[in-house]
Formats: sequence, C-alpha cells, structure tokens
Amino acid sequence: MLKIGVLITILTGTGNTSNMWRIALKMLFNDQAKYIGLVIGVAFSTLLINQQMGIFLGLLSRAGALIDDVPEANIWVMDPGVKNLDTVFPLRDTELSRVRGVEGVQWAVPYFKAMATVRTQTGQLESALLVGADDQSMVGIPSVFVMGSAEDLRKPDAVAVNEDGFGKVWRGEKISLGNTVELNDRRAVVVAIIKDSPKFTSSITFYTRYSQALAYTNNGRNQLSFVLVRTSPDYTEKEVTENINAQTGLMALSSSDFRDKAVQYVIDNTGIPVSFGTVIALGIIVGVCVVGLMFNLFVLENLKHFAVLKAIGTSNFRLIGMVALQACVVGFVGYGTGLGAAAMFFEFAGRNPNFAGFFLPWQIAIASGGVAAAIIALASMVALRRVLFIEPAIVFRG
Amino acid sequence: MPMSQTHDQATSTNIQTEQRTLAVQCRGVIKEFGAGQARIRVLRGIDLDIYAGETTFLVGPSGCGKTTLISVIAGLLRPNEGTVSLYGEMTSQMRGGALVHFRAINLGFVFQQFNLLPALNAAENAAVPLVVQGMSLSKAVRKASELLERLEMGKHKNKYPNQLSGGQQQRIAIARALVHNPRLVICDEPTASLDAQTGHAVMEMLQELAGAPDRAVIVVTHDSRIYSFADRIATMSDGQITSVKTKQESQLTSDVNH
Repeated sequence: MLKIGVLITILTGTGNTSNMWRIALKMLFNDQAKYIGLVIGVAFSTLLINQQMGIFLGLLSRAGALIDDVPEANIWVMDPGVKNLDTVFPLRDTELSRVRGVEGVQWAVPYFKAMATVRTQTGQLESALLVGADDQSMVGIPSVFVMGSAEDLRKPDAVAVNEDGFGKVWRGEKISLGNTVELNDRRAVVVAIIKDSPKFTSSITFYTRYSQALAYTNNGRNQLSFVLVRTSPDYTEKEVTENINAQTGLMALSSSDFRDKAVQYVIDNTGIPVSFGTVIALGIIVGVCVVGLMFNLFVLENLKHFAVLKAIGTSNFRLIGMVALQACVVGFVGYGTGLGAAAMFFEFAGRNPNFAGFFLPWQIAIASGGVAAAIIALASMVALRRVLFIEPAIVFRG
Repeated sequence: MPMSQTHDQATSTNIQTEQRTLAVQCRGVIKEFGAGQARIRVLRGIDLDIYAGETTFLVGPSGCGKTTLISVIAGLLRPNEGTVSLYGEMTSQMRGGALVHFRAINLGFVFQQFNLLPALNAAENAAVPLVVQGMSLSKAVRKASELLERLEMGKHKNKYPNQLSGGQQQRIAIARALVHNPRLVICDEPTASLDAQTGHAVMEMLQELAGAPDRAVIVVTHDSRIYSFADRIATMSDGQITSVKTKQESQLTSDVNH
C-alpha cells in the first residue's frame, strides 16, 4: 500500500487541484483485478503490434540482405526480366565487358548467386546459398570476418561460411576453420567465417571466388547472375544506370532501387503482409474490446461513487478529468509493459539465429503508443459519456 | 406556525419568520418523469418550509415522492414547475457550475446505503467534501479525523469501509455529511440498514452533531422508532404534503388515536 501511495503522489503531485486525481487513482488501484486486466489488455495489444511489426520489417529487410552486404557497389546490372534477388536469369559472360565499356562506370565485377546442396557431417542435406565474388577484388564478400580473411579465399576449394550457417551445418560445434563439406557433391574447405545479414530464403550462405562458384555448379559458361558496378565520381547513379540501360539493353538499378524492388516483390507476391496485418489488426481489435469492456465495467461499478461525488459537489469537468486520468494511467502502464515485453522478446529472441536481424524500430514503438492511446480513447469514450450524463439523484436509490 | 402553507401565504413569508431562519422554501413544486403517455407526476405542487435549527422528518408510504422531493431540494433533480430556495437562494433557477458549487458548500448527505468510496479509508471518506472544495487531501483528512474522534471512530479512521460494521459506516457517512459545516443536511433513510439500537445511537449522534441554530436537517424515514428525534414531521402522500406537525402535535395525535 505504501508503494501505491508513493506512486499516486508521484503521478498526481501534491497541489490542491490534484487531490481529486489522487482519489481517482485510489479508486483505480483499489480494484486490482480490473486494473491488472486493463493493463494486460493494453500491454497485449502493444506487445503484439511491436513484435509482429518488428518481425515483419525484419523479414522485409532480409529480402535485400545481399545488396546490403555489398556496399562497395552502388549499381546492380541484371537481365531485364529479374524481379527480385531470388529469381535470377543468367547473363552471358560478355555482358561484363559491355558494362565496363559504358561511360560513367568506374569499375564493374561479376557476381554469382545460386542455391546449392550441402551435405552436413551427419549426412543430412541442407539447402544453402552460394555466392561467387570477383576473383581479383573480392567485391561481393561481406566485410565482417569473424575468423579468417578474404585473402584465404584464394586457396583451392576455399569457401567462407556465415556464422549462423556454420551452426546449422556443424551443429553443436564451436566455430573453427578447416572443416570440410560437400557442396553440390564437391569438396569445399572452410577458410573463413563471416558475419552477414540474415537472408530471406536460406540461413546458410557460402561465399567463394566467382570461378570457384562456377566450378561448384558445373554449369560451365554464361552463369553471370549480376554485374556489380561502381560509378565514376563525376557521374550520378541515375546517369550511369540510364547509360547502361541504353547501351547494353540490360537492366541497371541503383542499390537502393533494387532493394526497394526486392522488398516490394515480397510485399506484392507473398501473404506475409496480409498475415502480419491480420495479427496486428486482431491485436488492436482485441485490445479495444477487452479494454473497452473492462473499463466500462470498472466505470459502471463505480458509477454510484461518481454520482456521490457529483452530489457532494464535484463538477462534470472534474469527474471527466478523473476518468480520463484513470484511462491515461492504464494506457501508460499497459503501453510501457507491452513495449518492455516486446523489447525483451527482441533482445532474447535475437540470440536465436532464426530471429537474427529482427529489431524494434523506434518509429514502430512510437506508432504503437499512438495505437495504445487510440485504444484507450475508444475504450473510455463510452465510460466518459456514462459519467458525464450520470444522474446524481441515483445516490438516493437503495 | 404550520410548515405547510397555502401558496399565497407562503409567498408572503419572509426569510426571517418569528426569528427563525427559513432554510428551505418549496413553492408549487411539480416533478414529472417520463414522456408522452408514460409521463408520471411524482410531485403534485409541493409547498413546504423548513427552518434552520430544526430536524424535520419527511415521512409517508413508499412511492409517495419523498426521495424525489429531497432530490429536488438538494438540486439533484430540477423541478418541472415551481421554485425551491435554500437560505434565500433560488437553487431551482441555478445552472451548472453555480449549483454544483452551492451544493458543495451548503449541503451534506447521509444515505441509506452509506455510499462510502471503498477505495478510501474512513478518514479519507469523511474528508471528501473538503477535498471537493479544494482543500488538500492531507489537511482534509486531519480535519475529518478530528470529527471522527468526536464520533468515537478515531481508532477506526484508517480502516476501509469493508472493514467496518453498518453502524460504523453510517457514522463515517455522518462525518462526511458534516465535515464541511453545511447549512442543510439531507438524510435518506439513515437507519434503514441498521438494527434498532445502532439506529438509535446513530440518530443521537446526528442530532448532537448536526443540531445547530443555523443548520437544518431533513430526514426521510419509514422508521417510526426514531420519530422522537424530529422537531417537525411532514407527512407526504401521493406526491403532496398532507400535514406538517411539531413533535408535540404528533405525540398528541398519537395519544388521541391510542
């Protein structure tokens, strides 16, 4: 009780005008079951909105993860039919030279990307992403090495594997170098461990030289997935993409445009937005219903007490202030609890590779605060109306 | 002088009559509920004077309009016709904030079901009218505690309503009704939820504390055991005042009937 008393004093201050607020909070905290129920209602909605939105945005960001991992290139050149990173139409090897010849191109390198089959040490097969980067510059290999280096990839059969992928292929083993693996039935030796961005389709990614990647796929020539380009300092991305489009007939996109295109493809062609949107909408609807019903019940049960206060001489304005304060406290505590729970989810779930890269953007946290406020506003609207139009003469009814 | 008067007689009455202050003056009060064919006239032209320094009982059968009348007097219901004035102020014509403010300063209530706030302890409950008037909660509680001491409730001042007996709760309600020194105390069936002994004790306490030359007390009751506490008894029937008698007149009538 002492703690609640201190909390009330902190919330209302000690001025004369705040005394009715103190009574309002005592009324709220006195009915602990309903108070906790109200807080849980708001907290549940807030948690659901933040958790689902965080995962949704995390998933979308995975659609462009490969692009994010190659910050050196600012233009990606591909077949005009390509709609996203996962559906690749190979280019002829000669296209690389043509792109290099376009005005405004500082450098252009080949980039290979394909799915491969990995046989783990326990004999199980796993699907993995195979990335081939330029043999000379190694552009295309993420820059963060947990173990080993880009230079190690120049060795025969050398591959680098991402940190999360290592855990999947060699379950239970501490990350180390020198492990061998069968990649499309060919031997590969792990010479480096890389920290990369989590991908949409596969959590195991092997990185190697472009020529080595072609060898793993056994498909021979004309397997160029993308051409990565850096624009000359004197040219803009727009100028260079237009030049490439015009002179080669290929499709050149800036990294950011390609990323947006990949994300948009996921939004347009998967049920993910609808699925997450439905859960979020349900969270809001359940929040409004639960909080609305409970808050109305709370006010209904206290209606006679509000009537007593009104009969004694409390103005409508003050009574509305009391109910609004009760609603605000429920909203703030519920929102804080829900946001805290969501933050804990991302903190602890982020340690699991399956949830790697998921996060709670501050914009979503603020937006969910707006939703919590809307839930409380909707929920308390009917209650406020009840209090406003309460007939104080009901105090004389037995 | 009888308290029930004709309208003409009453309008000529000054606020000061026979050195007594007129606390409540009702003239031609009509109150209706519902609309259209469902409209019911509950008060049918009430004329009533209540004087300060007196305890007036309002008695009559259930449904005769007693509760409606005290609601109108208290400004909780607005009459359809007629006027109500309290200590010379025409409360039936007051609107909004003015009426609320007037009620906060001048009126105290004791209810049949006590109507204490369960979230507040005894002292806080008794202090509510002072808080409503703007006094700080701590100061109001101090003042209320002094009154609770006089009501022999000092040791219970930190207890919550659900920890108190009916009689104890009604004492807290009396303290709440009197803590801000109102000029009119309205009690609705104050002993109905209490046993005879406790009811008697509560009425003694109410008379002792509320009785003051400048204060009027109205008690609505069915409980004939407490009629002895009345200075006057106004009897209602079917929405009208049928008689107003002093305690002596009532006793005389009772003796004659026996």
